[in-house]
Amino acid sequence: MSNTAEVVVIGGGIIGCAISYYLAKRKVSVICLEGSDHIGNGGSSRNGGGVRQSGRDPRELPLVMYGIKKFWPTLSDELEVDCEYHQDGNLRLGKTEKHREILTGLTERAVKVGLDVKMIDGTEVRRINPYLSEEVTCASWCPTDGHANPLTTTLGYYKAARKLGVRFISGEKAVGLKKVKGKLRKVLCESGNIYEGETVVLAAGYESREIAASVGIDIPMQRAMLEALVTEAEPHMFDQMLGTAEADFYGHQTKHGSFVFGGSSGLEGFTKDNGTPICYSKTAPCICRGILKYFPVLADAKIVRTWAGWMDKCADGVPVLGEVAEVPGLVLACGFTGHGFGIAPGAADQLAELITTGKTEIDLSELRYDRFKAKI
Amino acid sequence: MNTVNDRARDIGPFVPAADDDMLICRCEEITKGEIRKAVHEGMWTMTEIRRYLRTGMGLCQGQTCSRLVKGIVARELGISPAELEPATSRVPMRPIEMHIFANEKKEGETDE
Repeated sequence: MSNTAEVVVIGGGIIGCAISYYLAKRKVSVICLEGSDHIGNGGSSRNGGGVRQSGRDPRELPLVMYGIKKFWPTLSDELEVDCEYHQDGNLRLGKTEKHREILTGLTERAVKVGLDVKMIDGTEVRRINPYLSEEVTCASWCPTDGHANPLTTTLGYYKAARKLGVRFISGEKAVGLKKVKGKLRKVLCESGNIYEGETVVLAAGYESREIAASVGIDIPMQRAMLEALVTEAEPHMFDQMLGTAEADFYGHQTKHGSFVFGGSSGLEGFTKDNGTPICYSKTAPCICRGILKYFPVLADAKIVRTWAGWMDKCADGVPVLGEVAEVPGLVLACGFTGHGFGIAPGAADQLAELITTGKTEIDLSELRYDRFKAKI
Repeated sequence: MNTVNDRARDIGPFVPAADDDMLICRCEEITKGEIRKAVHEGMWTMTEIRRYLRTGMGLCQGQTCSRLVKGIVARELGISPAELEPATSRVPMRPIEMHIFANEKKEGETDE
C-alpha cells in the first residue's frame, strides 16, 4: 500500500481523528499515524467530557461556539455512535468572595464575545441542581454548555473516518519531519517507515513539540498530568456539567449512571514520572474530598476506577492552530491545554477547511504559532 | 508494545452467527455479536474495545470477561490471543466508597 496521501495527520487522538474525518468528507486522501498502540490513547480518552464555552479564553471562544452550534447536537447521528451529548448547561461553582470575583471576571469576558452566560446566587444554583451543599454561594451559569462521552466520540470519529477510506496506522510513532525543496513533505517514523503528503497536520499533543523541532519550530508548551475517577452507576440525579472557581474538581453524571470527576492535588508537575501517566496516591482522595464539600450526598458512591493523563499545556493556555510561515505545508493542531475535547469538532472542521480552501469561517489568527512573543 | 498496526488491513466482512446474542460481559451486558461487530468497525485492541463498548468497565472491572473478550477479538482478527495486550488494570482493586477513599487525610489534619 502506498505511503503517500494528500494529507498526513500525525496523532490519532480526537483532534487527529476528527481532522481526518472532515478532510475525508471533503474528498481528500488521508493517512493518520498514531504513535501508541491505541486510537485516542492520550487526553482524548482520559478527559472529563466537558463540552463547554464558559470559562474559556475569548481567543478560542468563537471556535467552540461554532462547533457547539454546528456539530455537537447532531454528532451521534453523523458518526453513528452514541456520543451521549447533553446540552443541559454548565455550573461553575463558587464558595467564597474570591471565587465570586474569579467567576464574575470570566463571565464578563465571555459576555463580551456574545456568550449567553450569567452569574447566579446559591438559591438559584440549588434550583438548577438541588444536590449541591449550602456551602455553594454563587455560580456562573451557561445554559448552552454540556458534556459528552469522550471515548465513544473519539472512537466514533475514527470509525467514521476509517469508513470513508482514511488509512489509520497505530504503533507508528513519528519522530521527525523533512522538507523537500523548501516545502514540508516527509514524516519519518521510529520504525523506519516514511510517509509523504502535500500537507502534514501535527496533532500529537505534547509530543508535537519534539516532532516540530525537527524543522526548527518550537511550540512553547509543557506536559502536565491530570487525574480522574469514576463511580459505580447511581440513580439519575442531574444532567449539568460542573466545575468550580477553585478548579478543585469538575465532572458530570454519565448516561450509564456513573459520575466522572476530574481534578488535581496541587502537586502536579512534581509527581514521579516513569514514562506513563500513572496515578499519584494523593490525588484521587483529594478529588473525593473536594467533591464531598459540594455533594455530601455522594459520600457512599463507590469509586471503581481512577486514571491519569497528560495535557499539552501551552504557554498562554489556548491551542496552536493553523499554518506556520517558516514551514510551508505544516498545519499545527496542538497545545489544547486540557480543554481540547469540546472544541475538537469545530477546530477540526475549520482546519480541514483551511487545508482544502486556504481560508476559514472562524478567524484563527489569534491562535497561530506566530503569536508567541517575549515580554519585552 | 508499539507494534505497527495498519488498520486498513482486510479482515473480511462481519458474518452474523447463531450465538451473537450470548452475554459476554455480564456487568455491562455486552454480547458476543456486539464485540465481533466492534472489531469490524475498527476496534482492534482490548483497550479500544473496552472504551467503545464498556466491556470490563463494570463492577468486576473485567475480572470475569476479559479472557473471553480477548479470545473473541483475536479470532475475529485472525491472530493469537497472546498478541493482544490486556487493557490496563486500574486502582482501586475493589469498589470503595468516596467518603472512605477521601479518608487518606482527615479534615484539619496536616501531612506531618
